[in-house]
Amino acid sequence: MIKAILIFNNHGKPRLIRFYQYFAEDMQQQIIRETFHLVSKRDDNVCNFLEGGSLIGGSDYKLIYRHYATLYFVFCVDSSESELGILDLIQVFVETLDKCFENVCELDLIFHMDKVHYILQEVVMGGMVLETNMNEIVAQVELQNRMEKSEVQVWASI
Amino acid sequence: MALKIVKGSIDRMFDKNLQDLVRGIRNHKDDEAKYISTCIDEIKQELKQDNIAVKANAVCKLTYLQMLGYDVSWAAFNIVEVMSSSKFTYKRIGYLAASQCFHEGTDVIMLTTNQIRKDLSSPNQYDTGVALTGLSCFVTPDLARDLANDIMTLMSHTKPYIRKKAVLIMYKVFLKYPESLRPAFPRLKEKLEDPDPGVQSAAVNVICELARRNPKNYLSLAPLFFKLMTSSTNNWVLIKIIKLFGALTPLEPRLGKKLIEPLTNLIHSTSAMSLLYECVNTVIAVLISLSSGMPNHSASIQLCVQKLRILIEDSDQNLKYLGLLAMSKILKTHPKSVQSHKDLILQCLDDKDESIRLRALDLLYGMVSKKNLMEIVKKLMLHVDKAEGTTYRDELLTKIIDICSQSNFQYITNFEWYISILVELTRLEGTRHGHLIASQMLDVAIRVKAIRGFAVAQMATLLDNAHLLTGNTQRNGICEVLYAAAWICGEFSEHLEDPMQTLEAMLRPKVATLPGHIQAVYVQNAAKLFATVLRKHDGETESQAAQETSQLLIDRLPLFVQSANLEVQERASCILQLVKYIQKLQQKNVEVAEEVTALFAGELNPVAPKAQKKVPIPEGLDLDAWINEPPSESESEDEKPKAVFAKEEPKHSRSRHTEVDEKELARRREVRKQEQANNPFYIKASPSSQKVYDAPGVEHIPVVQIDLSVPLKVPGMPMSDQYLKLEVERRQKEKAERKKKEKKKKREKRGKERKADSGPESEEDITPAHQVDIVTEEMPENALPSDDDDKDPNDPHKALDIDLDKYVPYCRHLQFIHVLHIVYDIQGNHQDESKVVVSVIFENKSDSFLKSMEFNVLDSLNSKLQRPEGAGAHDSLTVPFQLPPGQDTHAFLFVSSVSVSIVAVCIDCFLMQSDESSTHEKLDFKLHFTCTSYLITTPCYSDAYAKLLESGDLKGSSLRLEGINMPFHHLLARICFHHHFSVVERIDSCASMYSRSIQGHHVCLLVKTTVSIDAKCDEPSLLGNVLDEIKQTFSKC
Repeated sequence: MIKAILIFNNHGKPRLIRFYQYFAEDMQQQIIRETFHLVSKRDDNVCNFLEGGSLIGGSDYKLIYRHYATLYFVFCVDSSESELGILDLIQVFVETLDKCFENVCELDLIFHMDKVHYILQEVVMGGMVLETNMNEIVAQVELQNRMEKSEVQVWASI
Repeated sequence: MALKIVKGSIDRMFDKNLQDLVRGIRNHKDDEAKYISTCIDEIKQELKQDNIAVKANAVCKLTYLQMLGYDVSWAAFNIVEVMSSSKFTYKRIGYLAASQCFHEGTDVIMLTTNQIRKDLSSPNQYDTGVALTGLSCFVTPDLARDLANDIMTLMSHTKPYIRKKAVLIMYKVFLKYPESLRPAFPRLKEKLEDPDPGVQSAAVNVICELARRNPKNYLSLAPLFFKLMTSSTNNWVLIKIIKLFGALTPLEPRLGKKLIEPLTNLIHSTSAMSLLYECVNTVIAVLISLSSGMPNHSASIQLCVQKLRILIEDSDQNLKYLGLLAMSKILKTHPKSVQSHKDLILQCLDDKDESIRLRALDLLYGMVSKKNLMEIVKKLMLHVDKAEGTTYRDELLTKIIDICSQSNFQYITNFEWYISILVELTRLEGTRHGHLIASQMLDVAIRVKAIRGFAVAQMATLLDNAHLLTGNTQRNGICEVLYAAAWICGEFSEHLEDPMQTLEAMLRPKVATLPGHIQAVYVQNAAKLFATVLRKHDGETESQAAQETSQLLIDRLPLFVQSANLEVQERASCILQLVKYIQKLQQKNVEVAEEVTALFAGELNPVAPKAQKKVPIPEGLDLDAWINEPPSESESEDEKPKAVFAKEEPKHSRSRHTEVDEKELARRREVRKQEQANNPFYIKASPSSQKVYDAPGVEHIPVVQIDLSVPLKVPGMPMSDQYLKLEVERRQKEKAERKKKEKKKKREKRGKERKADSGPESEEDITPAHQVDIVTEEMPENALPSDDDDKDPNDPHKALDIDLDKYVPYCRHLQFIHVLHIVYDIQGNHQDESKVVVSVIFENKSDSFLKSMEFNVLDSLNSKLQRPEGAGAHDSLTVPFQLPPGQDTHAFLFVSSVSVSIVAVCIDCFLMQSDESSTHEKLDFKLHFTCTSYLITTPCYSDAYAKLLESGDLKGSSLRLEGINMPFHHLLARICFHHHFSVVERIDSCASMYSRSIQGHHVCLLVKTTVSIDAKCDEPSLLGNVLDEIKQTFSKC
């Protein structure tokens, strides 16, 4: 199971947070701070796995992250997930973002948090991996966007 | 109306949208909080408007603010409003907001049940999808109970997009409502073979998650998974299955044997590292499960170790990390294969990556032996010196201690060396683990009697140099060590060379800066030392030294008497008075030494940490019973009565003041004393018998005399290194001696030459340098050595421990002995309401292959099998699969039917004995269609419900259930689940429920906690049957 997905930038500013277990808002912020603290001090050429987040999970949990330019993508998972599999999944997620936003950059995430959520919802659901095929994900996201657009047009025509 | 909409759209143009909000926050970096608070005020205004577009926009902005840490739960009701919008755009916003901020404590969640049910059955697949996604994040036990049936139906939806979501969410439903697992399981299992790979992967995912927690219930699925493993090409699915096998093999070694070959093939063939790694992991799990019975898998172990070595040597840090992780699993059962890679692992200790260093440390823990312990610890000590950052250094420190103390100090051959290591560790700056070192010192000094002399000397030096440890305020974690030092010096003071000097060190004014609990130990042990000094000078008349000691104490103790710490103050003043009295006696030349020593006589034995818990409760003692009359209600407004004894939560630990008169107190004290006197586990003041318990692992530690010929101090080296050097020398000497004995004829000189090329020593050759007498910890006499005290009773997965192979009470079973086992379940068809779906599971119980099965259904008056087009009314239905022995599979029948009936079915089947011979068998059975199978869970709002009851079209009847003692919500859950009802409203002691038959008859129930059911329905025959079935359901439990 995936317990949480966090995206924050090089300064620790959250860009997307998705907890699959309930934490109160202040605790969520504390977890983001702690995770940022753990992840940010690591060089880029060390491994992408990290144990020892004290606030979330405990001994069975692991942080698996990737660092792209200005953003950190952190997945907090338990031992039922394959470590390398999750790394691949982050890659799939980022490539999907890239396809949906056309050359994604931090600004896209800043201004379209809701859209990023909708894309993520097609990849992970309730902490379990839903789909790993990028084409399928992109197709479903686009179909939903088209539906949204058609509704907006109905509005505009009134 | 049109005007209102136009006005709404114009208003909307002036509202901030999400992008404006983000931009605004970025432009107000200096006063962000203030800006956001004005935004929240705006949002509050927007939420008050009727226009749903404005509301949705506001909720979207709130979702963003929630990410920044703002609590937005106050808008929960507005979120529900947006969720119920008919527009997908807004619905999506609402569900996203709900998934981010709803949780079990959100009270408006109960308002969402009907909305979610509506969305789940929406004709638009994305409405359904969004509802499923949202629900997966905030499902509560109530929602799970009410919606389980709807979601189960969605698992057979025509669109794979919905199927896979429905399958995944079932896991969350199981967690919240475990009762749903059993009926949903057949369908879940069937999804393992769904034509869509996404759905298949989701089903694998859910079953893996379930099996990980309770593997034994899923063993029967192994053949199915085995088939999937050999046929699937999806790496994700493969990884999950292989991981699942890793969890199953410990329970079924035969499975492991079968797995080795295909896994080995995968290891050789796959190019995906992730898959390779999981294969290696599972092979390791298999080998572990086989290790007891089958020793002939060294080739597989070699393959694993070899592959892992490649991973560890890889330049990719991730692979290196995982390689080490997997290596530690092999280590547990096959330490020898890993130990040969010690060089590689020690190398990883130098890695720049902390995660990798920590993994390597973990491995070292299992790699130590008597032979290499000193060497490995020496290497670690070097790292401690080099390490940057206190976290890693602390980690090293705990690891060193773990490594040395593991399994009752099994690998330590020289305890003097260990004490020196501990003393060296005290020089570490800024460590948090002072108490850990201290407890090790105490442990060793108490349990290894032979070492006490040495330990006491070391501790005395520590006390003497206490200023080094306490000088820096930042280092105060380490001063815990002084606690141990003081106690050891006091308790074993007979070993001290110069007790007077130590006593002086313990009473320095500087000591007053130490934490209170340490000072207390200082004071108490100063008294013990005092006793020792007196005894030393016993017999000398008018001993100057003894009197000087008394004077020293009298001079120094007043400092402690003024201490702010109560414990210190109390002990100091007590001892001060004692010493003053002794001084008087000394002046009169009275012999006091013996009496003073008697104060501290006796030895404390170590007690096992779990001992207290294991003390059996004496017969007739009821810990839950009141000792006093319970206080009257008015006294305890803030505390619940009874909770004080019933629960162990800390918040209740505050003791209650009850007033008892003096006599009663005195009486109780007397009783308690009596009890303590009779209680073997209570540590008494009298000298306890010097029991030495034999540790189970002690016998194999050989006992040798201390090799006193070895000089103890080599100048110019850190202490522990000396031991390493001496140990090496000693071993060589021993070996040389052994060799000498073996080959007496050879000259000594040649024997020495030989040592360079001699093979590795075996473990048994190494003899400890010390007479080791490790005292085990005491346990109560009749305590049971159970190890399951550590299980967490609150684990939600415990409730899912359900034996799924056992017969399900609410699916119907038919068994034809030795041939076929059939389970069937009947449900109303949501898509076409004139039909019901019969799902049938066939299980081949025979040893032979079942081929070409045919269903012959005899249609009855009011039920008809739906046959393929063009088929005649009496044609049989061919079952579209064959059944190998021991396997099961599913089929669906669609039956048009209108009311309660029995359908006679006959199956023709051919049993293939072998390729040549086959037999034909005819099996007759009947499917019972109960009337609640025709009910479809339909939501109903309370106002519509009230109208329905008022209309007067319904006839009533009622039912009393006897002997039911389950919680009310369980009762409701059962009715909902088994009879397809939904709860309309629940008020305290009663609940109204509703359901509709496929022909549109309404059924209303009023269930009361007194377990009576009033039912109303517009079809009297249906009414009677429903009540009969409900009665039957509850008579079974």
